[in-house]
Amino acid sequence: MTMNGQLRWRKLVSNFMLTMTGVCALVSVSVLFFILGYLVYNGGASINWNFFTKLPAPVGETGGGMANAIVGSAKLLLLATLVGVPNGFFGAIYLAEFSGSKIAFVVRYAADLLNGTPSIIIGIFAYAILVHPFNHFSTYAGGFALGVMMIPITLRSTEEFLLGVPRALREGAMALGASKWKTIATVIVPAAYRGILTAILLAFARVAGETAPLLFTALGNRYWSHGFNEPTASLPVMIYTYAISAYDDWHRQAWAAGLVLLALVLIINIIARSILARGISVPRS
Amino acid sequence: MHASVRQAVSVNITPPVITAAGREAAAPADLRMTISKVNFWYGAKQTLFNINLGIATSKVTALIGPSGCGKSTLLRTLDRMHETVRHARLEGEILLDGNNILAQDVTLLRRRVGMVFQRPNPFPKSIFDNVAYGLRINGSKTPLADAVEKSLRHAALWEEVKDHLHKSAYELSGGQQQRLCIARALAVEPEVLLLDEPCSALDPISTAKIEELLVQLKDLCTIVTVTHNMQQAARISDFTAFLLNGQLIEFNPTPHLFTTPSDPRTEAYITGRFG
Repeated sequence: MTMNGQLRWRKLVSNFMLTMTGVCALVSVSVLFFILGYLVYNGGASINWNFFTKLPAPVGETGGGMANAIVGSAKLLLLATLVGVPNGFFGAIYLAEFSGSKIAFVVRYAADLLNGTPSIIIGIFAYAILVHPFNHFSTYAGGFALGVMMIPITLRSTEEFLLGVPRALREGAMALGASKWKTIATVIVPAAYRGILTAILLAFARVAGETAPLLFTALGNRYWSHGFNEPTASLPVMIYTYAISAYDDWHRQAWAAGLVLLALVLIINIIARSILARGISVPRS
Repeated sequence: MHASVRQAVSVNITPPVITAAGREAAAPADLRMTISKVNFWYGAKQTLFNINLGIATSKVTALIGPSGCGKSTLLRTLDRMHETVRHARLEGEILLDGNNILAQDVTLLRRRVGMVFQRPNPFPKSIFDNVAYGLRINGSKTPLADAVEKSLRHAALWEEVKDHLHKSAYELSGGQQQRLCIARALAVEPEVLLLDEPCSALDPISTAKIEELLVQLKDLCTIVTVTHNMQQAARISDFTAFLLNGQLIEFNPTPHLFTTPSDPRTEAYITGRFG
């Protein structure tokens, strides 16, 4: 091949690869916008005051809302946060600051495996220890299942942010006579808190849309659920039930619930990002 | 490294040369710290060999030597910062006011022996909170605002920052950040201040300010500084210790060491023949 031909070939390959990467990037972005647009188009019309305040209408009647599912999801996520965040946060502190490399390796590996465990398996696990022994479904069981899912996400990302705090800051604190705990509490965690908070919010957003672990833990409920010991409705399960039903009105409400759920996740994301942009941060060096 | 030096080092461990003048200047009564028979290992690698050294009260002692000679390691043993590194092992005795620091509570020791690092390392907090940090964690009873102002004045930074104490410490220039770190260390009123190449990340003007500052700080506390810059050691220190390959080669009053070095290796180093 001549010098010129080789050059032309290289240019061809370069252009081809550039186009390929561009197309792939476009596809990833457009999927999100397609979903968003479709949800707004189909669900937007069904969102009204009743949707947020009324219970589901009896089968055959139109109208009604998903107030119980919205409150149910909030209760489930509250429990999930109580289970997932302290475990993940303090576990990450142990991992980043105290453990030896062998223990850290095992814990990290286990957390990654747990992170990759299908959510339905975690649902079965919660069913086995919190539903089966008590013979009834409950908010507790659902919140626990979601909380277990939050642990590895919070743990791994919190650890990353803690390890990202420069060693110089630890030394600075210790050189002033701070004990290890004081150093962690007054310098390391404050230096990493925005990253940690973002990680927690993202974990929260991730489990907010989980359906599978709720199917046989929180189950579902067409009425208000009292306290935490009864089965409860939740947005993802409601979407699932309504979407596979035979009624057009239910389909419309499923779209609306999807839109609300997505809006919730989006808002959490925006909050997380605005937190990241505020306050004194450690400059990257 | 100069050939004759390498040979001298590898063949035998010679005792450091401390002349009569050096011995006299380092009389025990005037010593804030005494380092005796200190050996140090990182894992299996020995990096300090039988170091004996006295740190004179209210003087500036400089540790000089080429990269990797162990001067930073020696400095870090004085407030036991070496313990933050895994597999570090120290043998020997280090006295602070006659008491072995290795037998003391380490957090109490570090309140008495402060440290400033090579690169400025202010916390991601405001200027005020940086200086107040040591006082707060020690539950100090002194009014914070007064103590912070005093420390910033000692560090010659007050005039520059007094109107924006609540701004982020990262908005300061590198030289100002380093003076902030000095103020932070001074706030807990340490007896000894250790500085690990405090100017190596700074421009010449900031360096000059810090050098001037260190000379003034002598009245406040005893100063030990590591530097790879011989001119700096000559300018600011009262005593200079020259280390090479983990051994103390010579320890003498600074003018003596730089004008009439007692060891040929010292002479080779300060005249720029290696290092």
